[in-house]
Amino acid sequence: MFSLGLTSLLVRRNLIFVLMSLEVMLNAAGLAFVVAGSRWHQADGQVMFLFILATAAAEVSVGLALVLQIYRRFKALDVDELSEMRG
Amino acid sequence: MELTFYIAGGVAVISTVLMLSRLNVVHALLYLIVSLLGVAVVFYVLGAPFVAALEIIIYAGAIMVLFVFVVMMLNLGAHAAEMEKQWLTPGIWTGPVLLATILIIEVVYLVRSGAAELATDAVGPKQVGISLFGPYLIGVELASMLLLAGLVGAYHLGARETEKPEIRHDANTHERRTAASGDLVLARTHQPSRTP
Repeated sequence: MFSLGLTSLLVRRNLIFVLMSLEVMLNAAGLAFVVAGSRWHQADGQVMFLFILATAAAEVSVGLALVLQIYRRFKALDVDELSEMRG
Repeated sequence: MELTFYIAGGVAVISTVLMLSRLNVVHALLYLIVSLLGVAVVFYVLGAPFVAALEIIIYAGAIMVLFVFVVMMLNLGAHAAEMEKQWLTPGIWTGPVLLATILIIEVVYLVRSGAAELATDAVGPKQVGISLFGPYLIGVELASMLLLAGLVGAYHLGARETEKPEIRHDANTHERRTAASGDLVLARTHQPSRTP
C-alpha cells in the first residue's frame, strides 16, 4: 500500500490526489507499525500509530488550507501549471 | 482469523487501487473511505480494537469530512449541478457498496463468532494508554503542540481570504461615493479637520 501511494504521488498531477496519496502512505506506515506491535505483543506500535494519526490530521488540515489558497490564486490544481518558481 | 485478515486486506488494497485510478475526486474519496474501513477491520482482526475505532473515527470521520468540504468549496461553479447529475448515476455506487458489504459481513461474522476475543495476542486499550502516558509522555506533548500549530496554520491560511473582500468592498464603496458625489466626500474629509 505504501508503494501504491508513492506511485500515485508521482503519477497523479491533481493536488487533491497528491494529498490523498499522502494519506494512503501514512496509513500504510501506521499499518506496518500496528502489525509489528501485534507481532511482538507490544503496545508501542499502537502508540506510534496514534502519533502518525495526529501528524496526518495536522498535515491534512494545513495542506487543504494551502490547496484552497492555491485554487483561489491560480484557479487550477495542476501541479505542472503551478510550477512557476523560476530561479 | 487468517482468512478474515486476508479478506480485509484484499478489500483495502483493491479499494486503494480503484481510488488511485479514478478520475473524479468524489469517487476517489468514496474508495478511500472504503480503504480506510478495510484497514480498520484489519486492525480489529489483528487484536487492536482501540486503534481500529480511532481509525474509523479520525480518518474516515474527521479527515474525510475535511476532504469533502474542500471538494465542495472548490466546486462552487455554475456547472456544479450538472456535474452532480453526472455523478449520481447508479453505476458509481456499486463498487464501494460491494466492498463495504464484504467488510460488513466480515465484521458481523467476527462479532458473532467472537474471534477477536479469542485473539491471544490482543493489545487492549489499557496497555496502550499506560504506555502512551508512561514512556511516551513527551511524544504526546509534542503531538499536541503539532496539532495546535496545524490548527493555527490552517486558520491563518484559510482566513486570509475573508479579509480581502472586506477591503475590496470598502474600496468599492469609497470609489462609488467619490464617483457619485465628490463634494460630500470632500466635505466629509474636511469636517474632522475643522472640528478639533
